[in-house]
Amino acid sequence: MTAALAGIFLCQLLGELVCRLFALPLPGPVVGMGLLFAYLLARGGQGQKAVPKELGAIADRLLGHLSLLFVPATVGMMRYFDILSANALLLTVTLLVSTALTLAATALTFRLLTKKPKP
Amino acid sequence: MIDHLLPHGAEAWVYLAHTPLLWLTLTLVAYVIADRISMACGRHPAVNLVVIAAAMIILALYLTGTSYETYFEGAQFIHFLLGPATVALAIPLYRHWEQVRASALPIVASLTVGALVGIFSAAFLARALKGSDLIVASLAPKSVTSPIAMGLSEQLGGAPFLTTALVIVTGVAGAMMLTPLMRLMRIKDSAAIGMAAGVASHGIGTARAFHIDSVAGAFGGIGMGLNGAFTSVILPILRPLLGL
Repeated sequence: MTAALAGIFLCQLLGELVCRLFALPLPGPVVGMGLLFAYLLARGGQGQKAVPKELGAIADRLLGHLSLLFVPATVGMMRYFDILSANALLLTVTLLVSTALTLAATALTFRLLTKKPKP
Repeated sequence: MIDHLLPHGAEAWVYLAHTPLLWLTLTLVAYVIADRISMACGRHPAVNLVVIAAAMIILALYLTGTSYETYFEGAQFIHFLLGPATVALAIPLYRHWEQVRASALPIVASLTVGALVGIFSAAFLARALKGSDLIVASLAPKSVTSPIAMGLSEQLGGAPFLTTALVIVTGVAGAMMLTPLMRLMRIKDSAAIGMAAGVASHGIGTARAFHIDSVAGAFGGIGMGLNGAFTSVILPILRPLLGL
């Protein structure tokens, strides 16, 4: 359990390091995800296809409650009620319509280019 | 009356209100309650877990006159886990790698179309509704995860802190609209739904996608990661087209 957790933190740390060293415009954890994925792929190439059990268990725990992790940042909205409410109509219309269009455009493009399984 | 019953009530409050423990506990308890409510409503999309939990906490902070900074001293321990959780997205990605690799073309195409639609629709709508340059620049990167969005907002002349709030609203809006919209469009493919969630509304959308199934969650992680990278490259190039 500890080794798996250490591995995840290590990937994040290396991700932060890589971003700083090469001035990448990405957050460290996103690069860390890439590094962990590369590790799993390399390992899979040597015939160990399955994700290490404990690593899998920790990932499932963290991702199973991903919503919880966004709560502190969402509470942070309380600091911006003034500026948000001063532009409430503009922001509400723009965000709702733009988000709906983005969801629809992404999903439709994806479906359009996915080969249908032959009947 | 309360002073009489609890002579040390005020002292105890002053002490507790300044320990991280209280606000950490409040966050977890609010989440557990919100989770129960969401489950009791059959995970109905309108009953968003994050919104309910945050609303309860904001109310508690407001009633007790507690600042966000004090609250965050406790909540930071949960917030911190966003980093490791992002790293952990590599695992569902790896588990569904065969399917992901087979979907390379739809992934790249839907990322490109979705990201551009997100940026241009936000900028044009905000312009049409007479939004200032500051608002347009703060809105343009709204679909990507907040560390990236804040940097881009600043680069375009927006207000990074406003962008943080807009990123959260976009995430929550996308999470709430996801399943009703997909049902309306008769899209049942978990991969397409997850990709849409990740591209349009980053981690909060991805969290919602994990409630659908692990395939949707895996594609949410891909959409979120790729859109972060794509938008940070493309947005500075598109800048003149946005009138900024």
